[in-house]
This record gives sequence, C-alpha cells and structure tokens, in this order.
Amino acid sequence: MARSQNTSPKTSQNTSTTGRRGFLKGAAAGAAVLVADVAKPPAALAQTQQAQRGPTPQPSAVQAARETNPPPHVDVYTTDRPGSDFMAEVVKSLGFEYVAANPGSSFRGLHESLINFGGNKDPELLTCLHEESSVAMAHGYAKIEGKPMLIMAHGTVGLQHASMAIYNAYADRVPVYIVLGNIQDETWRRSDVEWAHSVQDAASMVRDYTKWDDAPVSLAHFAESAVRAYKIAMTPPMEPVVLVADAVLQEEPVPDADRGKLRVPKLSLSTPPAGDSGAIAEAAKMLVAAENPVIVAGRAARTPAGLKSLVELAELLQAPVQDRRFRMNFPTRHALYGGGSIGEADVILALEVPDLWNATNSMTPVNKMGMETKRLTKPGAKLIHIFAGDLFAKSNYQDFGRYAEVDLSIAADAEATLPALIEACKKLITADRKRAFTDRGAKFAEATRKIRDRDLEQASYGFDASPISTARVSAELWNQLKGEDWSLVSDVTFFSYWPLRLWDFNKHYHYIGGHGAYGVGYQAPASVGAALANRKHGRISVNIQCDGDLNYAPGVLWTAAHHKIPLLTVMHNNRAYHQELMYVQDMASRAQRGIDRARIGTSISDPNIDYAMMAKAYGMFSAGPISDPKDLGPAIKAALQVVKRGEPALIDVLTQPR
Amino acid sequence: MRTVAFLMIAAAFVLTSVALPQTPAPASGDAAKGKSLFLKDGCYECHGTVGQGTKDGARIGPPVLNVQGLIRYVRRPAGAMPAFTEKVITDAELTDIYAYLKSISPPKAVKDIPLLEQLK
Repeated sequence: MARSQNTSPKTSQNTSTTGRRGFLKGAAAGAAVLVADVAKPPAALAQTQQAQRGPTPQPSAVQAARETNPPPHVDVYTTDRPGSDFMAEVVKSLGFEYVAANPGSSFRGLHESLINFGGNKDPELLTCLHEESSVAMAHGYAKIEGKPMLIMAHGTVGLQHASMAIYNAYADRVPVYIVLGNIQDETWRRSDVEWAHSVQDAASMVRDYTKWDDAPVSLAHFAESAVRAYKIAMTPPMEPVVLVADAVLQEEPVPDADRGKLRVPKLSLSTPPAGDSGAIAEAAKMLVAAENPVIVAGRAARTPAGLKSLVELAELLQAPVQDRRFRMNFPTRHALYGGGSIGEADVILALEVPDLWNATNSMTPVNKMGMETKRLTKPGAKLIHIFAGDLFAKSNYQDFGRYAEVDLSIAADAEATLPALIEACKKLITADRKRAFTDRGAKFAEATRKIRDRDLEQASYGFDASPISTARVSAELWNQLKGEDWSLVSDVTFFSYWPLRLWDFNKHYHYIGGHGAYGVGYQAPASVGAALANRKHGRISVNIQCDGDLNYAPGVLWTAAHHKIPLLTVMHNNRAYHQELMYVQDMASRAQRGIDRARIGTSISDPNIDYAMMAKAYGMFSAGPISDPKDLGPAIKAALQVVKRGEPALIDVLTQPR
Repeated sequence: MRTVAFLMIAAAFVLTSVALPQTPAPASGDAAKGKSLFLKDGCYECHGTVGQGTKDGARIGPPVLNVQGLIRYVRRPAGAMPAFTEKVITDAELTDIYAYLKSISPPKAVKDIPLLEQLK
C-alpha cells in the first residue's frame, strides 16, 4: 500500500490488522524458511541429528490452526516503485562504474535498488570491510580513471570511519562522491539503533574538507542535487562531495503525484577554468626571456593530456622540471627531469603546487635551535603560479600551506591553461632564443645523466644486505616489470623514491602520487581502487605497501580477493612506524637521554606480524617473509603469474627502514 | 617532512663530501660492538643497517671521514641530523661504530651488478 511521503507513520492509517511491521516479521519468517530449506542437510545427516536431539515436539492446536487456516485480511506491504529505484536511476545516469560500501541499514533501500533494479552493473557494488577503505579505494580509482567512484555509508558511524580518507582525498584534490544514509524524520526511527545512527546535519562533520553537500527532502530534490554534486566534484579543483539520501525517501514508494513527473536532470560538466589571456601572455613573456627558468610541477597533470602538454612546454623552453611527486607529471628519464636549481632560477613557473612556499623556502630543521626561514630563490627571481586552489579555499584545516609570495598569480587549472601558454610562448620565440634554449637543454641533459649515474651507484650500496635494501627491491621489481604494461599505484616517499629514480615512468598511469594529507591507512585501499581502474586495461598494478599503513584496515585485502582485483602488493616491512621512530629519536637526542629507547611505541615487532599469513587468511596468494635478497626475484615472478591471471598477490619483504 | 628530507639530503652531502680537518685516529674500536651500538642507538634508522644511506640520512658505510671527523660531525652535525652529545654516546662507543662502518665492504661496481647495469 503506497503511503504519502510527507505523512508521518504515527498519523497514517493502515487498514491492515497486521500492519507493515507485521508484514516485515512475516517476510523475515518466510525468508528464514527459505534459508532453512536451502541449508537442509542430506537426509541421512538430518536423521542422525534428529536422533541426537530427540523427537521434534508436535505443534499445538493453536499453532496448527494458524498454519493451516487462511489468515484474516492482511495488507501486504509491497511496492513496485520504492523511491530508491528512482535514486538508482539518477546514480546510473552519472556513469559510475562502481559503488563501494560497507553495508548499513540507513542506505539499505538504495543498496537493494542498485543490485536488483539496477542489475548490480554500472555501478557494481564492491563489498568493503571499512568505510575508510571505501573512500580510499575511490581515491585511488579516481587518480587512474579520472572520475569518481560512488560510496555509500551511514551518515553517522560510517562517515566517522570514512572521515580521514575523505580528508586525504580533499587535500589531494580528488573527486569522491559520497552518499550518506540518514533518517531525518525522528518519527520514522524504529529503535535505539536507528536513533543512534541518525543525525541532524549528517555532512557537517566533513564540511570543512568537502566541496559541497546537500540533504534533499524530496526525490526531485535528490535528483537535482545528485547531478549538481557530480558537476561540482568534477570541476577543478576537484574535491569530495556529500549527498544525504534520506532513508524514508529511499524506502517509501514514489508518491503517486510524482509518478510520471520525476526526471533525471541532464549533466553538463563544466570546462576546466583556463587562465586569463592577458596573464598567459605576461607569463609567456617572462618565460621566453628567462635565462634560467625552472618549472615546478605539483598536481599539474590531471590526465595524460596534462603530461603531454608539460613535456611540450618544457621542451619548447628547454626548461628543467622539478617534480613534487604529487602526480605523474613528467617522464622520469627525460633529459629535463629533475634538473635545474630553484636558487639559480630567474623565473620559476609553478603548476598546481600546494606546498609552493616549501618549494621556494627553507626552515630551521627540527634538530637545530630557533625557527628561521630563508628564501631559496635568488633576489629578483620571478615566480609565476597557475593554481586552481586559488578558486576554492576553506579555513579550518590548514592543508593550504604557508602563504607564498608570487609575482604573477593565475587562478586557473594548470592543465587547461598549458595549451594557451605553449602557443603564447611559441609566438615570442625568436631564432636567437631558440639557439639559447638548445644550448641550455644540452647542459641539463648532461646534468640529468650524471644524476642517473649517481643514483645507480648509490643503489649498489647495501645491494646484498638483509633486511633487503629498498633499492634492491625496486631493481628486482623493474627487472620483471620492464616488459609489461604496469602501473605503480603507491607512494614511494618512504622507499627513498627508488622506483622513481630507477624505473622508466613515462605514461600518466605509471604513477599516482600519494595520500594528499599524509593520513596513514590510505595506501592499501587506494592501491586496490587504482588496481580496479587498471583492470579493464589489462595493466599490472604494483603496490609497495608500508606495514604500518596496512594495519589500519587490512580487510581491503579480502575486498581485492573477493572482487578478483589483480594487484601485486610488495610489503615494505620495516617493522615500525619509521617516520615517527626517527622523530622520537630526534627528541631523545635533543633531551640527551635514552637514545636506545625510541622504538618504544613506534616499532611493530614482538611479535612480528606475518603479512603472508594475513594475506592468505583473506584469501590471497602470498609469499614470505623474505629476508634474503636472492629469494626476492623468484617470489616476484611467482606472484606476477597470479596477478596476470587476474588475482591479487602479496609478498612480505623484510626491508631496510628507508 | 619534505623539508626535513631535503635538509637531511643536504646533510648527507656535507657528511660525505666536505673534507674536515684530519686528526690522528684514536685506538681502533671493536667492530662487533660497534654494529650492536649502530643498531641499538638508532643510527640505522636514517643511514640503513649497513650505512648504505637513505633519503633521510647520508651514506656512511664504508666511511669517507676518519674517526675524528665522524665524532666531530656526530657532536655538531651541520644538517638535519640530531646532535648526539657525550651524555648519550661516548667517544669510545663512536669509535666502535666507526670500526663497524670501516668493516663494511665497498659494493661491487654497477657494471658487475646485472640488475643495475640493465638500468643504464
């Protein structure tokens, strides 16, 4: 029986003597019967069990009558069109491939609509064991796929679990689309659980680090806000958005008055904001005239087109590119990669650099007295910044960093601005300038070659050590990946950047950067999400996984196994929260005491965690722990065979600390 | 963190490249004891267990400084490395650590390590 959506359940009249709740109990009983039938043991076993338990009591006369006589009139509560079906239509119109969720009662209506009405396809439901995993998976997925994954979570406890991962995505400028279940109308909350899982303003907890949110009060409102949210999330600077799906709207039928009227609004994504033409002309003039320009790349390349444009600009100017490693901005074996000096530059072009102040200034390190800052740039050096972050800022969380003084600030998306900047530069380059650029380029090519030789020599130190050096692990991996179509889906800051120093990164999907807000617990789920995005392209995804990070929500290993997500995880098992260990060591040295005690509270040993066994428990192929470097190559080979047949695999490697 | 890393790299450069005044080395230390101290007192955290160096600490195994240069640097490091005073580690202990670092064999040349040679 359809019930008007704006009618309180306490005031609505139901002619049934059973009522909806009674129906649900009946349905549950029916389901139980079905389950019992399905699970019925073979007859012989059943007889044995019967004998063990004794005779089954016969039903009483009242029970027998209840089960055999026709019941009194009952209104069975069914609907051909719950509101969540319409919500599913809206969701499907936005083109999500996947929806990640740890199941929760406040969005059970939408859950059911997506898997049945929606056919569990576009989006397909991913079973997650923690909401932090859901969001971080979406984070990694978006950095490969370039679009958001849908997430469903409770508006209360689910969002609380998810919040750190949302902050990471926010700081990393990544679109994540979160739908929260909530029971807004208190008269629909049936139990203490539903009261505890309801909230007045669900999105408020994460409003400081999301771009937009809404709590629609009707299905038409939901549709408009859902499309608006997608558009906002996908407009640079891209950020997470939150939409509350009221449980009553989900579960109650579409009101008669709305049937035939509800429609899904058309989505038109905004073109990314490009820089003002006058500012671009000014930037081009400065760059072409510069003798020692340096390009600093932050989150410059959102897509493969961004990487291509940056290569074109760098080659046009023969300007070195210093990569802050937030994205795959520039090929690592390019002659212009990593060269140049901020201190010698006369013009610095910064592209989406969130920590620009840190890139151009230094501070007294933690172990030295005082707190002084020093500008690294030479006097008179000009600084240009193209930064979409200037178009969107919030105040509470301080991920925006220290204020950077620049000479030309262009509030725009760098990737969208680069083509116009390239054209503006081309118009200004004379034959003389071109010759100067060529000479400059040759100098940087030589410097880059020397850096590479130095890296290889450095890698040779401790190459046969146990625990295994991070350079050795990287070299062993590259030896088997070099002929494959691969994607490194993890940050490598804590691996002394060895893959970036040794491997040949040249495609946008070769690297996805890091956490965003350095919230630990990101890595394992983000790599699973990125690997999922890589799956349909047949790429081999590789995750160099810090041990501390995996322990936040290791259940994502099961999600990878369950959904057959091909991903090679190689543990960076240094048995510590090593960054913190070093910091405590700093403090002990400063206090001049107990320098041998810094491992207290920072090490992850005694007992040592067996990650191979952990992966096995979650249903994944595993090997290790491996401490002899000679055993590593064969283990990688075996694990890659598993990954190539479409499954995840994990190798536990005892590694040097960094 | 990135700033710290940068400065530590700068420290690494200083430690490995700057020629400090050379003074006669004290009596040689005990390499086995030195290894134990190197691990127990946390030197390995930034420098690696065989002193190979990491992004957070200089390569010091085998060392390029003499023992006096090492002790002087540990007492008053120039970069981001914390200072280790005599209250927490003695000259004798640092001499043992030096002996351990000195006992570490230099690596094979890159051309003799196929996994690295192929990366050239």
